[in-house]
Amino acid sequence: MAHHDHPPAPQGHANVGHVVSLRVLFAVWGALMVLTIVTVAVTYIPAELLGPFTLWVALGIAGIKASLVALYFMHLRWDRPLNGIIMAISIAVVILFVGGALTDTAEYQGDMIPGYAPDMAGAQPKPAGAPSP
Amino acid sequence: MAEAASHHDVHGHDPSLQHHFDNPEQQFDSGKLGMWLFLATEVLLFGGLFVAYAVYRANHPEIFVYAHQFLDKRLGGINTLVLICSSLTMAWGVRAAQLGQQRLLKILLSLTILGGFIFMGIKYVEYKQKWEHGLLPGKHFTHKEGGHAAEKAPAPAAAAPAAAATPAPAGTAHAGAAAAQGAATPAAPAAAAAPAQASSGTLKLEPSLIKRAADGPAGLAPTTRAGAEHEAAPDKVWIFFGIYFLMTGLHAIHVLAGMTAIGWTLRKATLGAFGPTYFTPVDLVGLYWHLVDLIWIFLFPLLYLIH
Repeated sequence: MAHHDHPPAPQGHANVGHVVSLRVLFAVWGALMVLTIVTVAVTYIPAELLGPFTLWVALGIAGIKASLVALYFMHLRWDRPLNGIIMAISIAVVILFVGGALTDTAEYQGDMIPGYAPDMAGAQPKPAGAPSP
Repeated sequence: MAEAASHHDVHGHDPSLQHHFDNPEQQFDSGKLGMWLFLATEVLLFGGLFVAYAVYRANHPEIFVYAHQFLDKRLGGINTLVLICSSLTMAWGVRAAQLGQQRLLKILLSLTILGGFIFMGIKYVEYKQKWEHGLLPGKHFTHKEGGHAAEKAPAPAAAAPAAAATPAPAGTAHAGAAAAQGAATPAAPAAAAAPAQASSGTLKLEPSLIKRAADGPAGLAPTTRAGAEHEAAPDKVWIFFGIYFLMTGLHAIHVLAGMTAIGWTLRKATLGAFGPTYFTPVDLVGLYWHLVDLIWIFLFPLLYLIH
């Protein structure tokens, strides 16, 4: 009775997987196009208004676009949760990787600049012709 | 097992169902799980390059701000839109395969491949410009200031305060300033690497938004330096182009691989292989194509839209 042990397929036997409606596909496509234009338009905002948030605005828009692609074009919204978990873990590992590398490089930056003394005791300006690589 | 087999016999044997699967749905789910595992490794592969990008940008923001002006954000933006459109035709193609719309499936797969060709064509134009102007990684970097009218410097924020325009990601201000001290020294090595390449163009380069760091430890001391050096190209600009070519090049290889894979499914589609119970190749190749799109969605702002 092997096949009776399986839960019935969500979409019945005729279709395997989830069929995305055309309305959803075109809505997601429209949102992606608009967000692409927005992310370019944001670069015309003077830097003093956005300041250090420029990068985070760009990454935020890219994150929204990526989520739309993953959830709708890649079917993750209707998929088996395991597939989404695999994707989420891989992204989390990359964020951990980037974060750890940035923390590390920031920590040791003082030691890595030629001509720059890591000793912070005497914060005196060097002469103009400071040693450079 | 015997009962399961007889169950299939009731419906007639499906030639696309392998014998080690109970039913088409299980076969589909297994294939899809394998594809997602592969996509996870792809994310990690590009993740390493994103680390290179992040670390180098945190340490040398002035190089990125200076070098991004050589990337044409119009062409990059068009390529983004092209990839999004080809993602739509791919997702629509999966739907067509699921619904057994054979003719539509072939049209949509062809359009998706066409999108790949347009993307690669624009990529070719961009790479050719970089090549002609010596904007290449490492020792091949032979660019000197001045150059081509096509590489216009929009300089939308040239007058912005340097501090506000420093989007050092996750790095502290301390680290950014310390890094700038090492890198923003006048570009003597850059000039040495570019002998006798003086070009006669009229390009006025955007001055770096990142002020040269003070000479004190970690830039803590106030600088009294005149602003003249800010106009000079920062040192070691070629490293940006190393990262640029590695990231966009690996992505372009993925586009080519995706086009090949879609071409293979298109051939299978012309043979009528796909239908409501068997469209796995279309779906999995589609996932790959969407991932390629997804990576470009991050590459485009990070490489082209910095300021």
